[in-house]
Amino acid sequence: MESQDGQQPLPASASSVAAPPPPASALAPFLPVLELRSRVLQALRGWFIEHGFIEVETPVRLATPALELHLDAEPAGDHFLRTSPELHMKRLLAAGAARIFQLGPCFRRGERGRLHNPEYTMLEWYRANATYADILLDTKRLILAVARAVRGTTDLRYQGRPLLLAPVWERLTVAQAFIQYAGWDPVRNYDAARFDFDLVDKVEPKLPREVPVILTDYPVAAAALSRRKPGQPEVAERWELYLAGIEIANAYSELTDPAEQRARFEDHARQRAARGKPAYPLDEEFLADLAHMPPAGGIALGVDRLVMILADLATLSDLLPFRE
Amino acid sequence: MYSASDLRKGLKIEIEGVPFDIMEYEFYRPGKGQAMYKCRIRNLLNGNVTDKTFREVDAIGQPDLEEREMQFSFNDGEHFVFIENRTYEQVMINPEVVGEQKHFLAEDMTVKVLFHNGRPITIALPSYVEKKIVETEPGARGDTATNVTKVAKLDTGFEVAVPLFINEGDIIRIDTRSGKYSERVSKK
Repeated sequence: MESQDGQQPLPASASSVAAPPPPASALAPFLPVLELRSRVLQALRGWFIEHGFIEVETPVRLATPALELHLDAEPAGDHFLRTSPELHMKRLLAAGAARIFQLGPCFRRGERGRLHNPEYTMLEWYRANATYADILLDTKRLILAVARAVRGTTDLRYQGRPLLLAPVWERLTVAQAFIQYAGWDPVRNYDAARFDFDLVDKVEPKLPREVPVILTDYPVAAAALSRRKPGQPEVAERWELYLAGIEIANAYSELTDPAEQRARFEDHARQRAARGKPAYPLDEEFLADLAHMPPAGGIALGVDRLVMILADLATLSDLLPFRE
Repeated sequence: MYSASDLRKGLKIEIEGVPFDIMEYEFYRPGKGQAMYKCRIRNLLNGNVTDKTFREVDAIGQPDLEEREMQFSFNDGEHFVFIENRTYEQVMINPEVVGEQKHFLAEDMTVKVLFHNGRPITIALPSYVEKKIVETEPGARGDTATNVTKVAKLDTGFEVAVPLFINEGDIIRIDTRSGKYSERVSKK
């Protein structure tokens, strides 16, 4: 039959023949994972918006990446890709921001393994006039909210073992954990050569896996960008969250003393040079702003690892569709 | 010496004079800490498997290992005697190094001998060898099922589980890595 406008109707055979199935794609198995990941990202954003945070975006290309002893920034032309958005977010705190968060890519050169990828998604948030204890409260509420949103429960299983996100989070000081599992106290006698090694080889494998674990109060030598604990200056107000034995997040009461911050950067620059690693120029704008920064708590959380655990995947290779 | 960034699966390393093979390898960095390399390693002398973590700054021993193709010649009652294919050098290898593989050796068979500091430490046979059955219960004619087995003895005295249809005098193929029957090569 001819239609009114003179167009030929489509041959009957064209609509009755099904489109050929698309070729089997290696990416297809990742689609359900990406859907879960999307819901995690929505739940994270929703929680922060609900709690009065504003989402910020700061530069990914940096002229002066944070000087940390063991973190290598990926060069990008005459700049570097950020290893973390920390310094820019602190400058926003110095400018008067009260509660800010950021979700975005970070890069660490040469890191590749079951739990590492050179490019990954970091969640960072900061609260002015707060400490690492306030950030711990945020973290508990956030993790529980996200688990309920995407899994409908806080009683998870990860790789065949229970992981109960509520009600108890086990808290261990670094000194307690090392005395118990490695037989020495890094707070009294810090030994840089042994600290990371025993943490990986002796302490982390023994941490409880069925409940979240907070490893807290690091020796000042491992303070990174955290402040000394008031009344206990030999430890720093830093904690790390472990889920199922996997390190998920690193939180601080932030260091706001520009002189001590400069001394730590310079010390790391010296140690990096001694090891033949590139030393980055100091971020003078950050150091100038730090003098105006209020006391603050902040945290960096690895979103890929969090999704990996929520999706009960063994490795980042099962999570990332375009992994090299 | 190797540095930690050289580590990879299959690399041979040396710790306190003992050669090891890296079976599994995993990059790991704790928090703000230094990079670590968690490895599962196999002792090439006794086959024992252990876990070992290396730091970024560690220098790791490189073993003096050499693999040579040699032909099995004979067993003098105490040692197994092999001949180097190119130089005709004769090498005596202890029974502990040959181990259970002695059952699958045959005269003139070419094997790979691994030397550590000039001393033979392992021998690798071809993956499959053909062996004659010298003793077994009579075969059930026509029964080609392979999931029911009986015991058969090789000329070296080694006992292997074979399907019911195998008879004395048959030649079978054996997987030297598992010591298991693979298939029948020829009937008597």
